[in-house]
Amino acid sequence: MIIGKSAVAGTLESSDAQVTVEPSESGLEVEISSSVMNQYGRQIRATVMKTLERLDVHSGKVTVVDKGALDCTLKARVECAVYRSNDIKDAMSWGGAIV
Amino acid sequence: MINAVGRDIPDEILAMTGKEPFQGNHYKDGVPFRRAAPIIRPVMSNDHSKMVKDIHEALVKCHAHNGMTVSFHHHFREGDLIVCMVMKEIHKMGLKNITLAATSLGKAHDDLVPMIEDGTITRIEASGVRGKIGEAISAGKLKGLAIMRSHGGRVRSLVTGETRVDIAFIGAPTSDDYGNLRGIGGKTNCGVLSYSYVDGDQAEYVVAITDCLVPFPNFPAHISMTRVDYVCVVDSIGIPEKIATGAAKPTTDQRKLMMAEYCTQVVVNTPYFKDGFSYQTGVGGASIASTISLTRIMKERGIKMGFGVGGLTKPMCDLLDMGMVRLLLDTQAFDLDAVSNVINPAHHRITAGAYANPFNKGAFVNRLDYVILASLEVDVHFNCNVVVGSDGVITGAQGGHPDTAQGAKCTIVICPLLQGRIPAICTNVTTVTTPGESVDVVVTDYGVAVNPNRQDLLEALRKADCVPLKTIEELRDIAYSIVGEPDPLEFGDRVVGIIEARDGTIMDVVRQIKPKN
Amino acid sequence: MNPNLKRLRRSMMFLNCQKPALIKDPYIYAPDSIMLDLEDAVAEREKDAARYSLFHALREIDYRGVERVVRINGLDTDLWQEDIRCSVAGGCDAIRIPKTETAEDVKRVEAAVAAAEEEFHVEKGRTLIMAALESARGVMNAYEICKSSPLLFGIALSGGDYTKDLQTSISGTGVELMGARQHMIIAARAAGVQCFDTVYTNLNDMEGFRKDVETIHTMGFDGKSIINPRQIPIVHEIYTPKPKDIIFAEKVVREIDTKKAQGIGVFTVDGKMIDIAFYDGAKRTLALAKASGVYKGDM
Repeated sequence: MIIGKSAVAGTLESSDAQVTVEPSESGLEVEISSSVMNQYGRQIRATVMKTLERLDVHSGKVTVVDKGALDCTLKARVECAVYRSNDIKDAMSWGGAIV
Repeated sequence: MINAVGRDIPDEILAMTGKEPFQGNHYKDGVPFRRAAPIIRPVMSNDHSKMVKDIHEALVKCHAHNGMTVSFHHHFREGDLIVCMVMKEIHKMGLKNITLAATSLGKAHDDLVPMIEDGTITRIEASGVRGKIGEAISAGKLKGLAIMRSHGGRVRSLVTGETRVDIAFIGAPTSDDYGNLRGIGGKTNCGVLSYSYVDGDQAEYVVAITDCLVPFPNFPAHISMTRVDYVCVVDSIGIPEKIATGAAKPTTDQRKLMMAEYCTQVVVNTPYFKDGFSYQTGVGGASIASTISLTRIMKERGIKMGFGVGGLTKPMCDLLDMGMVRLLLDTQAFDLDAVSNVINPAHHRITAGAYANPFNKGAFVNRLDYVILASLEVDVHFNCNVVVGSDGVITGAQGGHPDTAQGAKCTIVICPLLQGRIPAICTNVTTVTTPGESVDVVVTDYGVAVNPNRQDLLEALRKADCVPLKTIEELRDIAYSIVGEPDPLEFGDRVVGIIEARDGTIMDVVRQIKPKN
Repeated sequence: MNPNLKRLRRSMMFLNCQKPALIKDPYIYAPDSIMLDLEDAVAEREKDAARYSLFHALREIDYRGVERVVRINGLDTDLWQEDIRCSVAGGCDAIRIPKTETAEDVKRVEAAVAAAEEEFHVEKGRTLIMAALESARGVMNAYEICKSSPLLFGIALSGGDYTKDLQTSISGTGVELMGARQHMIIAARAAGVQCFDTVYTNLNDMEGFRKDVETIHTMGFDGKSIINPRQIPIVHEIYTPKPKDIIFAEKVVREIDTKKAQGIGVFTVDGKMIDIAFYDGAKRTLALAKASGVYKGDM
């Protein structure tokens, strides 16, 4: 999937993460900041990268502002932003690209 | 060298400070020492004036010099104006290499960071440091070491002469022109002056700073004229609404209420809960809620408290007003109700020394049955960390935590299992501030763990079947199963601070933080 | 038959799917069920976001035995079918249908659930259904709704919308809800399904809440919808059988078992006339006591 247009998902509340995706010509750029960077930065990046890979996103700018979200929330916010950037809302691939 | 809580204390730190590594709670028990005594300048003339026109004059008269140690109290908490006021004057005079020995430092002192950066302040001794100063120390900006010690440990360091205070500045809500000081009666009240008492005893010069000069004698004095060299009147010593606010509304957060209920169940089902028991608690939502639910059970069972001690809040003062506690021993007033309750004849002021100094011939903490404490982190060895955040940055204070934890017969630490994504119950705390041997019960929202050293308490709670009992390892495993195991923090090599044990040995060191991106 | 049809559901707590902090560990409060809400609590523009959160929460959070019900959007929206696909694929335990008016509504959901179970290889009949009645028409059709599907475990009153439909509002006295409550519990019992009461929204009035729960407990309701964890201990306390009731129930069961073998039909326990009609009630008391953790016996 490509990043069709800019889209945002999530909030800056505690235990949440805000994910912004923007189209880009030059490959995939992922920027992460987190209130728990020192202890969980590596795991957050791994979760975000894996989710993007499942969605088959290989280019675009992805910005994650994490406020201590669990992995399940990170995945949900990344997916939401990516699908929003393509205006896809129905017939989702539950258990397929979304796992 | 590895100390008794398994922390590696670098040899160069031991050499630099002349300190020993922590060897267990009772290492210095009964070991004699000679009490240090300060230089005193007697006042015999009957026309001597102690009044100075401003801080500058006080500094000059007290022979302020490069490399001196100045001390302050933190009774004005987030509303303190004294520390910055005095330090700015010292800065203006161009003095360098100052040791700032405050009882605690917080957000009210963020303005001191440039003075750390330019070498005005090169050493800090405090119970702990919140706010920007903590960040500055963790970033390695302080040239010398920060020494974090408990309230009791601070008194010890003054009476042994380890810390020699050149000038003590005591912010006083009221003073007369001869230096009789009280924590009440003025426009900026803090109730008590417990932390400063030892500074009065041990500092070479003592300067009282007040914004409310009252007729002589200001009596009964909390700190006597016999200890005070100079009195300085300023416009304002503190911001009242940041010193003590109205009592916190009892929490409605069910998670805190649950932990409070577990805590109360632990108290009432362990053997020390009987008429005349003694008790201390903190200011957190769960601590206050547990005092409220404990009150209910005390009434039901007709059990009264012998004494309550430490920093006080409305629910403790309510107990006194209801006749449910024989007396309160106050070291700090946390809300306006506690400040105004000081007039109750059974509400007594005590000094930080009487409260918690381990080098006394006995302190009040030694006679505690229960203490309820909070913690940023607790590890599977029951070690607590109340000073350094899980991100490695200094962000809290020891306060009376290590003192009361060691002293009390039953030490209960309340702490939610998770703070956002950060597991509060972990394999190893970031920094040890209170040793596991002092901690008996850990209460979380996911269950209650008892230190295996306390089979007696475990048996009592098991029999009562009153709380969900877990092992501390089980709690850690639950936490990690939810949030994942945290990666170890990466620190720089430089030691920026030490966590001193009550007895002056080194509990742990704090290293410079290395930010990860 | 799905063994969960009759499970204990004293407290059913609503949680907004869109709030990660709410859905990450509600099990510590030990509600019997949580109701993960895709409907009213979720703003229109966040309907999609709530589904992703829901799906991963269902898949990845261990709710430790707490039943996971999903409240889908109304059948008058274009959201409810995808809601069901998401919920069933995630592995939820039940679907709550809002604004149910007829048996036909339940049948539509039943069909969509069956299709989703097939699509996502979920065991057929694993996903139960409950119906919320939120209008005069829904309440009038309560019995037909209760009988509409073998997967329907119960009906719930939704008092806010219902009172609006009656052209009144929640008064705090319960007077405006009397008819619906009475009608619904009778319908549910006649059909052999469970019945749940509406939420109590004033969190500052815990005494009022307690009275409300006492009322519906006495009326025979199986449980109550909850909006804050603080309400849970009160519901459980009221629904927990008292020690004297447990002892009496034990005696009744024991006596009926032995007397039946002896061919005696009517006898007395503690001075009360007892016959076989008391058997099910006594058994239910013991089951409830056991589930509440106050009965360790094996009857």
